[in-house]
Amino acid sequence: MSELVEKSRSSEEFLKGLWKENPVFVAVLGMCPALAVTNTAMNGLAMGLATTFVLLSSSILVSSLKSVIPKQVRITAYVIIIATFVTVVDFGLAAISPAIHKELGAFIALIVVNCLILGRQEAFASKNTIGLSVLDALGMSAGFTFAMLCISIPREILGSGTLFNMPLFGESFEPWVIMILPPGGFFMLGFLLLGFNWYAQKRKERNLIKQN
Amino acid sequence: MDNLIWIFVSALLINNFTLSYFLGLCPFLGVSGKLDTAFRLGLANIFVMLITALSAYALNTWVLVYAPYLRLISFIIVIASSVQFVEMALKKLSPDLFKALGIFLPLITTNCAILGLALFSTNKGYGFVEGMIYALGAGGGVTLALVLFAGIREETRILNIPNVIKGTALNLIIAGIMSMAFMGFAGLFSS
Repeated sequence: MSELVEKSRSSEEFLKGLWKENPVFVAVLGMCPALAVTNTAMNGLAMGLATTFVLLSSSILVSSLKSVIPKQVRITAYVIIIATFVTVVDFGLAAISPAIHKELGAFIALIVVNCLILGRQEAFASKNTIGLSVLDALGMSAGFTFAMLCISIPREILGSGTLFNMPLFGESFEPWVIMILPPGGFFMLGFLLLGFNWYAQKRKERNLIKQN
Repeated sequence: MDNLIWIFVSALLINNFTLSYFLGLCPFLGVSGKLDTAFRLGLANIFVMLITALSAYALNTWVLVYAPYLRLISFIIVIASSVQFVEMALKKLSPDLFKALGIFLPLITTNCAILGLALFSTNKGYGFVEGMIYALGAGGGVTLALVLFAGIREETRILNIPNVIKGTALNLIIAGIMSMAFMGFAGLFSS
């Protein structure tokens, strides 16, 4: 019985990040990378993966050190742990793909101040076992990467007519340039949230009708 | 001198931190309900940015030459602790100013706009004076965006808006339109 409960708990910890508590769409955390580097799908994906690495490694470290870190300085300790892993990603990405590293620029370093990561350490990893923290981190970063793709794919298609740098339309396509410029980021996320609100409202109305 | 004016105007309007780099969006969307609060948050931002520019310059000249890989960690720790230190000094020396800015200081100590400022001015290789001017411009730009945005949001509260779009969705679309308007400043210096 307890095994069954355990299993359902762990799958829930993983799944909640994808949809129910999606860091970008529901909690509106980590907005600055979500808007700044989503002008092409490739950048969005790279940012998502970099954030995944940082979140996962710092969750593992924080949850295994949770009994050692004194309560008064825990936030500072988390920040140092996160900053260390971000430095690793920064140097790693510069070695693996200099082109993407150059395009993302300072925004890789700015993963440190992504509230999503510090938020998960404080709310989850510091109170749970390593296993559950790994699942939580994986779920949350999958949700974040998913959101990054949701924003970046339409922006790239509309703004430059390509997807992962492959042209989708013929010569006659006139790119909607504003979508890859800063305002496009605000509009895209705004319209996505609008769509979700609309869906939630429709569902609520349907449930009300059913109840009556 | 021309160069300094260019740095200032560029950070203030053309490359506005909030509207074209998306830095400091959390307070931008969170604390912009009231005009007065937004203005004080903007002032606190300028204040912290000046401290940041100072610390970043000191670190870049004396420490990071020897250990460049410590850049991120040292920026965060030094900025956070010097803001805390100045906050304590402020509490003692000027309680009025502390009252006006106080609650915002911990909130923005290391948000993305602050760290972004330190990183950008390092990447651009600014010296001391340039760094301070850049911080003033960037802080002024954040304040400008915050105040304008808060003004628009106060207006939307008395309008009859469909429920679907209320909240973050509407705010983001307003910010998008403002960002489009600020893009117009890009032509300011071309002639």
